[in-house]
Amino acid sequence: MKLFGFRGGVHPPTHKELSAANPIERLPMPERLYIPLQQHVGAPAVALVEVGQHVLKGAVIGHSQGKVSAPVHASTSGVVEAIADVTAAHPSGLPVRAVVLKTDGEDRWPDRAPLPDPFTLAPEDVARQVGDAGIVGLGGACFPSAVKLDLARRRGVETVLVNGAECEPYLTSDDRLMRERAEEIIDGVLLLRHATQAKRVLVVVEDNKPEAIEALTAASEGDTVVTIVKVPTRYPMGSDKQMIQSVMGMEVPAGARSPDTGVVVYNVGTSYAVHRALRFGEPLLNRIVTVSGEAIAKPRNLETPIGTLVSELLAYCGYQPDRAERLLMGGPMMGLPLPNTNVPIVKGLNGVLALTAEEMDDQPSHPCVRCGRCVEACPMGLMPLEVAKRAHNGDIQGAVDYGLKTCMACGSCAYACPAHIPLVQYLEFAKGELAVNQRVEQKAKATRQAAERRQARLEREEQAKAEAAAKRKAEREARKNKKATV
Amino acid sequence: MFGVLAALLPATLYGFYLFGWPAINLFCVTVLACLLGEALGLWMNGRPLREYLGDGSALLTGWLLALSLPPWAPWWIGLIGGLFAIIVGKQIFGGLGQNVFNPAMLARIALLVSFPVEMTLWLEPHYLFSAHAPGFMDGLAITFSGLTEPDSISGASILGHIKTELSRDHTLGQALEGFYSPFSAGMGSMPGSLGETSALLLTAGGAWLLKKRYITWHIPLSMLATVVLLAGVFYLVDSDHYASPMVHLVSGGLILGAFFIATDPVTSPTTKEGQILFGAGCGLLVYVIRTWGGYPEGVAFAVVLMNSLTPVIDHYLRPRVYGRSRSGQPLPIKRPRNEKS
Repeated sequence: MKLFGFRGGVHPPTHKELSAANPIERLPMPERLYIPLQQHVGAPAVALVEVGQHVLKGAVIGHSQGKVSAPVHASTSGVVEAIADVTAAHPSGLPVRAVVLKTDGEDRWPDRAPLPDPFTLAPEDVARQVGDAGIVGLGGACFPSAVKLDLARRRGVETVLVNGAECEPYLTSDDRLMRERAEEIIDGVLLLRHATQAKRVLVVVEDNKPEAIEALTAASEGDTVVTIVKVPTRYPMGSDKQMIQSVMGMEVPAGARSPDTGVVVYNVGTSYAVHRALRFGEPLLNRIVTVSGEAIAKPRNLETPIGTLVSELLAYCGYQPDRAERLLMGGPMMGLPLPNTNVPIVKGLNGVLALTAEEMDDQPSHPCVRCGRCVEACPMGLMPLEVAKRAHNGDIQGAVDYGLKTCMACGSCAYACPAHIPLVQYLEFAKGELAVNQRVEQKAKATRQAAERRQARLEREEQAKAEAAAKRKAEREARKNKKATV
Repeated sequence: MFGVLAALLPATLYGFYLFGWPAINLFCVTVLACLLGEALGLWMNGRPLREYLGDGSALLTGWLLALSLPPWAPWWIGLIGGLFAIIVGKQIFGGLGQNVFNPAMLARIALLVSFPVEMTLWLEPHYLFSAHAPGFMDGLAITFSGLTEPDSISGASILGHIKTELSRDHTLGQALEGFYSPFSAGMGSMPGSLGETSALLLTAGGAWLLKKRYITWHIPLSMLATVVLLAGVFYLVDSDHYASPMVHLVSGGLILGAFFIATDPVTSPTTKEGQILFGAGCGLLVYVIRTWGGYPEGVAFAVVLMNSLTPVIDHYLRPRVYGRSRSGQPLPIKRPRNEKS
């Protein structure tokens, strides 16, 4: 198939060899799970269970609310011990509401009736079941998949792109999934096609995963709808926009979404989850997490129940805290620092990395000599040095003028910078400042409006008083005149 | 920085060989003056001396300035030039990465307009250790107490010779007869600035920089191509009054400028499109100044003039942003190319 490539990008060392050879393993069921009610983009789910209640595996414990939302299920059977705040899987370390489940070790499902062939269902019913299964984009965006399916169908998309690029260094969870469960992925892919009524499906994999490509090709043999596309290994191939550009030769226009251009993108993990949901009635209860880095004695790809604490995974894989310089969730390019290890695994978390100082290779930054490597590397066509300069000087509007909002924080610029300037961090800082400014502005506007309303009310009252006084005076005058005439 | 210095080394050593001890003395004075200026600026800005002096940028500025000076210029030319380059050309703007103009070229221009006599003293090659070359002590005397009879040893650079002869209504054929051979000029055995004469060694250094990705082809190629193209057109029209592209390539500081000076990242545009425009502008100005300007050579002026346009080029020639047209408007929504069948 003809490929088009994308602008910029970098080739960071992949370090995938640490964990790529290790088959997917099931993490032993922890004693307690902390299942956050918000693991997706949109409105949080509302807790449906009470403390002390026993739930079976797969039971809905939080139902979705609002148009963009997703339900949350019990990852195993057990007793609800509490509904409390836990640390969110976010560097802010802010609390998030979670159901604390004391597992009973039985991992018991309710009685499940055999399911009809999902391909006989109407597309909207497939989408509804995907939504009921709590499936969100497992590539990391965590957008509720059912919402995207409905949008794609309404837009009449022609192509489903299935993202198996896994371009982040260290991560191998998608790679292992593709190698070991290719047939299930292809079945899920066909279900996604059915739900969107698209014409064709392209499964896109980087060429550094030959085993995965082989497995998928074998699994899709004889199928006329599915094409396995091998793309060159280049970060950030796994970004929707760059993948669409590489494979389709077009860009998603600014302000538009991919379904507007006839394409919808799903991660391979998502299509596997769709397969489980429609063939077996299983909601999204597990996800495969790569635990890797030089400070991990036994790097692994672990099928982990949602709600497991990061500390459990680390302990299982032989975490060496004295060697670790930094703990990350996600890959080293776009991943975020973990606030602590008592953070529950959520649907969108694809890796936990414990990196040593040598791996981090943090070096002091030097002055920018405007060499332009960051401009060359930026896949979005920005001039990171110019945006960062403005961010550094506090000129947020200037940064916006140079395309701050287009930045997707892929980190290619910071990786490419020979002076080790943390460019993407400057840009992220500016985005934060921008959000704060907008909130302050909104607040100021609200305050001003309130003050204006108060002023208007006072004026009205004043006027009403004056009118009443005038009226009374007029009445008095009238009475006086009446008396006088009488 | 150190890669660039390594690439300059062959041409520099050749310059030492060509012009002898006075050239070595001048080189040392100029480089030391730059380091002194840098140290002074860093100290006044409260920056760590060791880290910044060690980055090689002041060394490179001094090195390039020295290569662009007349080889037997007196010591104070190197001293004033070096201090001017770093203090006025760089530290006043805020140090490394902040300067608008190439410090070495700014200093060269300042010297040229302030001390025109000393800055246009060209001489025939005086090969180191050859019979008529000054020895070590004579070299010190030339650099530090001045030449006694400058006229006795002075020669003319090719570009200067052309300018003079054309002003006497001679044709280029007459002017260059016996004065210029492409071979010896290409090798660098001719009058000129300390390190600019050997087109061959400078091109080799530039090619190495390209191969090692210290620089990209955009600025050097567009600059050289513009000069060759303009020279070619005028040479074809009137070869009696316009020098051939080859003469332009091997004479003066063009090769040095194209590979080592115009490519300075701090003072050139950051986008590839901008760099091509910048290089072409440098080439155009070099040709215009050499052909119709008052000075025989114009690389320094060309680079500095284009430096002043760098912010403008960077402002207007930004890369196209993903999902937007060149003018910044969102692309129209349309169906993919692969879908048309």
